[in-house]
Amino acid sequence: MNFLELTKVDMEFPTPKGTFKALDCVDLNIAEGEFVSLIGHSGCGKSTVLNIVAGLYEATKGGVILEGKEVNEPGPERAVVFQNHSLLPWLTAYQNVELAVNTVFSKTKSKAEIKDWIEHNLELVHMSHAMHKRPDEISGGMKQRVGIARALAMQPKVLLMDEPFGALDALTRAHLQDSVMEIQNKLGNTIIMITHDVDEAVLLSDRIVMMTNGPAATIGEILKVELERPRDRLALADNPEYNHYRSEVLRFLYEKQRKVEPISSAKKESGDKESKVA
Amino acid sequence: MSISAVLQQPLKPFIKIAKEGVSKDDAVSLFKALSLPILGLAIFLLLWQVAAQNIVTSLGNFPGPGEVYNQASNLVEEHRVEREAVQKKYERQRERNEKKLAKNPDAQVKWREYKSRITFFDQIGTSLITVLCGFILASLIAIPIGIVIGLSASSYQAINPIIQILKPVSPLAWLPLVTMVVSAVYVSDDPAFSKSFIVSMITVSLCCLWPTMINTAVGVAGVSQDLLNVSKVLRLNWFTHVKKIVLPSAIPLMFTGLRLSLGIAWMVLIAAEMLAQNPGLGKFVWDEFQNGSSNSLGRIMVAILVIGFIGFILDRLMLMLQKIVNWDKNAVVR
Repeated sequence: MNFLELTKVDMEFPTPKGTFKALDCVDLNIAEGEFVSLIGHSGCGKSTVLNIVAGLYEATKGGVILEGKEVNEPGPERAVVFQNHSLLPWLTAYQNVELAVNTVFSKTKSKAEIKDWIEHNLELVHMSHAMHKRPDEISGGMKQRVGIARALAMQPKVLLMDEPFGALDALTRAHLQDSVMEIQNKLGNTIIMITHDVDEAVLLSDRIVMMTNGPAATIGEILKVELERPRDRLALADNPEYNHYRSEVLRFLYEKQRKVEPISSAKKESGDKESKVA
Repeated sequence: MSISAVLQQPLKPFIKIAKEGVSKDDAVSLFKALSLPILGLAIFLLLWQVAAQNIVTSLGNFPGPGEVYNQASNLVEEHRVEREAVQKKYERQRERNEKKLAKNPDAQVKWREYKSRITFFDQIGTSLITVLCGFILASLIAIPIGIVIGLSASSYQAINPIIQILKPVSPLAWLPLVTMVVSAVYVSDDPAFSKSFIVSMITVSLCCLWPTMINTAVGVAGVSQDLLNVSKVLRLNWFTHVKKIVLPSAIPLMFTGLRLSLGIAWMVLIAAEMLAQNPGLGKFVWDEFQNGSSNSLGRIMVAILVIGFIGFILDRLMLMLQKIVNWDKNAVVR
């Protein structure tokens, strides 16, 4: 039995112009401790897959099974790191993590244990120095670190990351990628990450799931990345294997699933996306 | 921001000058900050004076600034005299009783209470108490309802038409109904509050419910989807969800509503007091109008200025409260 199974997942959104089929028959099995990236052009339904695993959306057909149990609502065992951090702006970093820890561990941990656990998780993401600052007092990268700490602190079975570093500058992004690798190395989390960034996908993942273009997107290819861990970005830069993986992904994105669209239809698609949200 | 910091804020330029002495820039900005309002005020007083001289009523000329100043001093003087008179009565009673007791230690002595006549300043106090009670009652009703209809779109659709119809109703229309209902329901031999107080308070509440209710609902409904997702992933229970996520997001709009409500409450109060004869500023204005002495217009004008000034202070107090409660200390509130 697989740790996490997505079986024949279809997703349709009702729109004023009829139903919009976002996903078509997405099949994916993920082992415990695996790091899987979802990559694809924007609008291909990567986020939809993640939201279905998170339980925020319910698949129209098919379903998700985690450790033998069906996923049908959101919950802390599938913690999400949101793209724009989604910290509560009125709480400090500590209090943001505390809110998560209190809801998950209020019955099993004592007050002192809870405090230690919050501090431990902020330490993991190197945020101990600013744990009593509010989100508007820290940088974007630091906010995302706190977002990761909040998700880790729930001790999730699967950690879901929705373009976690998309909004950050390249240097900060590299730092955070290193942190995530370090943490995963230490804790062995199962992680699903959405990304646009080919280097990021190759550097972090055990497998890269490449999605075809929407509508009715599905999994195009799955690339197994067999680079030894711990991985070092500098050493890998000249590694032929690394570059091979990189070009595989690039070839998929820019040859096989090349996205050439007239501007008007791109507009239409973004309109569809909006109506999905509403 | 601490309370003391909020209180100091309007005085900041002066504190800076006191600490560092006056630089040239400070002097210019201070000059502007002081001179322009004074200039405006001077022009206003001048126009008022000219207009007043040309408006003749059956009670004499319309009161100009000088007359209003005189009447204001009269009102202060009346208050002082009245309080002194009561004080003297108490002193005389004490002397009388002491003499009695000196003659015969077992004598029965009476201690009477003397009430002073209600002065202008007592009326200001009554008005303030009434408006605050009415406002607090309205907030206690409006905020919970606002939260409920903000959280559930169906309940909003159900309640919205009622809100929209009741919102524009004038206090004067409510008053007869409220009076009759209070007379029927509030029956007690030894009432803790006078009926006129209850009537005014309820009328104020009915009229100032709406801005708080609507703004709270809008604020609650406008919580960002990201934060709602966080709440779902954490499986927060309803109470924690409201306390930790909904209310903090809604606070800025809630306060906008509360400030509008307090402004309306103060306006409505004067009308309600006139008709309900609650011994506050509204009754003062009404009594002076009925009185029709040559001083009446001036005294009414004093009341008008006091009403305006108190309304301004109330708004500033709400603003200060908002700054203390709001989590976003960088928010510009004005």
